[in-house]
Amino acid sequence: MNGFLSMQAEFGMVAAIVVMLLADLILKRPNHKPLQALAVVLTLALTVLCLTEPAGEAFGGMYVNTSIASAVKAILTAGTLLVFTLAGRWLEREDTSYKAGEFYMLTLSTLFGMYLMVSSGSFLTFYIGLETASIPMACLVALDKWRRHSAEAGAKFILSSMFSSALMLYGVSMLYGTSGTAYFTDAAAMLAGTPLQIAAMVLFFAGLGFKISLVPFHAWTPDTYQGAPTPVTGYLSVVSKGAAAFALTAILMKVFGQMVENWSLLLGIVIVVTITVANLFAVLQKDMKRFMAYSSISQAGYLVLGTLAGSGQGMASLVYYLAVYVVANLAIFGIIGIVEQQTGRTDRDAYNGFYRTNPHLTFIMTLALFSLGGIPPFAGFFSKFFVFASAFHAGHWLVVFLALVNTIISLYYYLLIVKAMFITQTDSPAPAFKSPALARTGLVICLAGILVLGICSGVYDWLSELSMQF
Amino acid sequence: MNILSLFVLIPLLMLLGLWIARNVSQVKGVMVVGSSALLVLATWLTVAYIGMRQAGATEEMLFTDSIMWYAPLHICYSVGVDGISVVMLLLSAIIVFTGTFASWKLKPLTKEYFLWFTLLSTGVFGFFISTDLFTMFMFYEVALIPMYLLIGVWGSGRKEYSAMKLTLMLMGGSAFLLIGILGIYYGAGGETMNILEIVKLKIPTEIQQIFFPLTFLGFGVLGALFPFHTWSPDGHASAPTAVSMLHAGVLMKLGGYGCFRVAMYLMPTGAAIWGDFFLILTTISVVYGAFSAVVQTDLKYINAYSSVSHCGLVLFALLMMTRVSATGAILQMLSHGLMTALFFALIGMIYGRTHTRDIRQLSGLMKIMPFLSVGYVIAGLANLGLPGLSGFIAEMTVFTGSFQVNDVFHRTCTVIATTSIVITAVYILRVVGKILYGTCDNPEHLKLTDATWDERLSVICLIAAVAGLGLAPWWASDVISGSVEPIISQLMR
Repeated sequence: MNGFLSMQAEFGMVAAIVVMLLADLILKRPNHKPLQALAVVLTLALTVLCLTEPAGEAFGGMYVNTSIASAVKAILTAGTLLVFTLAGRWLEREDTSYKAGEFYMLTLSTLFGMYLMVSSGSFLTFYIGLETASIPMACLVALDKWRRHSAEAGAKFILSSMFSSALMLYGVSMLYGTSGTAYFTDAAAMLAGTPLQIAAMVLFFAGLGFKISLVPFHAWTPDTYQGAPTPVTGYLSVVSKGAAAFALTAILMKVFGQMVENWSLLLGIVIVVTITVANLFAVLQKDMKRFMAYSSISQAGYLVLGTLAGSGQGMASLVYYLAVYVVANLAIFGIIGIVEQQTGRTDRDAYNGFYRTNPHLTFIMTLALFSLGGIPPFAGFFSKFFVFASAFHAGHWLVVFLALVNTIISLYYYLLIVKAMFITQTDSPAPAFKSPALARTGLVICLAGILVLGICSGVYDWLSELSMQF
Repeated sequence: MNILSLFVLIPLLMLLGLWIARNVSQVKGVMVVGSSALLVLATWLTVAYIGMRQAGATEEMLFTDSIMWYAPLHICYSVGVDGISVVMLLLSAIIVFTGTFASWKLKPLTKEYFLWFTLLSTGVFGFFISTDLFTMFMFYEVALIPMYLLIGVWGSGRKEYSAMKLTLMLMGGSAFLLIGILGIYYGAGGETMNILEIVKLKIPTEIQQIFFPLTFLGFGVLGALFPFHTWSPDGHASAPTAVSMLHAGVLMKLGGYGCFRVAMYLMPTGAAIWGDFFLILTTISVVYGAFSAVVQTDLKYINAYSSVSHCGLVLFALLMMTRVSATGAILQMLSHGLMTALFFALIGMIYGRTHTRDIRQLSGLMKIMPFLSVGYVIAGLANLGLPGLSGFIAEMTVFTGSFQVNDVFHRTCTVIATTSIVITAVYILRVVGKILYGTCDNPEHLKLTDATWDERLSVICLIAAVAGLGLAPWWASDVISGSVEPIISQLMR
């Protein structure tokens, strides 16, 4: 019974999905407004369920919940909550309003998959979780199916995720062949770093690399991000990425702990290449969504610096980085979404002179960009410092140094947007507009997160306590 | 609550006040009240500090306090001041106060301008009171980023280019710095971030050897160390007046202060290994900066290159590692901060009237605006080291101290650096003669008016400080040299 209590968030999620489905059937269309309210309330309840979920095992060790995993689930759910608050304006559109129910239901389904990924105890549960997270995601990406880009993005996403799943499964099968078990704890004891096991690790890593979109597995990201509806892109860039990054860290530490020499070398190289390539490409982008795609590839590189540390400290800083990244990135995507609905544009020039017409949105956007760039006193500075410190502590000086040098390039392109909003003069700036109340609440929550998460040390202390038990 | 925390709290309250201010006069009210409060606080702190020292306080830092912030990484909010930080706080308070008046008529977006300006000062004050590496670094970066918008939005000339160049180069420096700080923290055992405690632990030589140059370079970029000084002329030339003042007057001192307090103090062995290398670079800074100033025709560029030369002298004197030269370095920071702020203030006021900073188009200003011109002459004389003004005291101490190191290499560097005094005289006197004296060629300029009350206030404050330091240098040098002692003795070991 105790075991099942540790699955309370998962059960809650199943219930939430069912409620969402029924509500969509019962409520008379157009029903996007009540559905949005319902979705927000449900995710809020789920966040609480995640936070109170006890650690434990179920299904004979197939499902293992740790306190840090619960914290990650809570962060992901809170991120989803923010996405829901920001999605309102997009779902008001005539060609999407009748699909509001689908949007919320599919998003919750992917989140359910991520729950399983985060607290899996065996490769089997992990794989089920991964697929549950991927397939509805492809539908979400293609939700604007009458717009060509969206359909194309959906196709790209499903193809690349099938490919990456296949790679990963191949790796898992090798691992199963050499160790005779799919359970994380048992497999860890059987691993000795034979060539076949190294190959298995590399394939597994490549599979997850696709999900986190690390270079060289990132090619799908820009097209998918640009084509997908903006709220979905926001969701993809933080929640889906965060779940995969945490799962990667947990499995590398738990299962491949013996082979740390092998994977830290691999990961170190991948991190440096990821950050550098993504930064160089981001500089060239004119479209905001495409730009944010490259920016989030580079952020993923910083995120897995915590993985590289391979320690409790690294785990804590990774989860903390994730939390900070969620609020900052969603604030930006929220604003991109709002501007897109108002002006129909997603290019950077649409933001010229934005400060004159929409000072509040500009203010939030600037702080969010500063946070992503790692400028104090905003939360991003602290989260960057902590991942750097954890990787440095593990002895990866050179990787930390190269990543640090890269922060300059990233600052450059974040400042380009700040420049467009504050400095660049234009005759026709975006008109002043008012965004819906719920979206404004979402943005204010993001803003509060950006300001508070860093200055108040409580969150990091809490996470680092939880990771010590990992 | 610790009295030093007020240095951060007052600017934060000012930010809040500016945020809710409804119109320009409220904004100015907040700025005047806040910056005066800071000036009073800094003056009080100086007096209290001297009093406590005379009463026999022997601790290295006074007014210390520490609050645990991030326990897993031993990050504390720790504050404390010694003589060096006290004079730096006083300098910053003076510049913030005069800078407020120097930007009295600034338009447009006055409120936003002062918001970023105050955020910048929060960083500066926070940096000088901190004794925790992390907190110090955080305030350091807080002081850097507002520059981008201050120059980019309110600057002149090639402002977008300059703002981006400045921000990226300084942030590049802080990337070096961050890895240096991590090296110091984990090299000292990963037990504490507090400078006063790290200094008691021994950082292994091989770690010092790697991380000293990184840390020194990181701070050195802000101290305009050759060849990383190129942000400074462009940045200063494009920045609005008060920002140039604050930047050249205070922000560049963060570099010298950090080099001394963090890099050299915590890694003396590294300083011994790398000292000569950096000494060559600083010698080049000193002479190269002065020569570059000679050939410039834009008033701000002249002063910016002059700053490169004088800030180079600060690092030069620090690397000589004697008690007298280090005292001279701190005096030079103080003196340069005051006179360069005075210079930039005056240039801004002249530019505001003539709309040109090209010395070829200016002449005979003495008759048209006598107040500003006399101020300019005083600033120039202070810059070239006239006895009775602050520049003389500082440079004299620097060169006396440097000459005490009696091997051929150091002597040669000292002799080369000393030539900068002569070159300084060349570019200062050339400008003074060209723009102030003679007859005015431009009939438009004859209609111009002299300084208004807010400008006069700002200029008089700065001149009083420059002359005060020059005529009565003993209080400052006593305060400083007592505090230089522990750092120098660490370097001597």
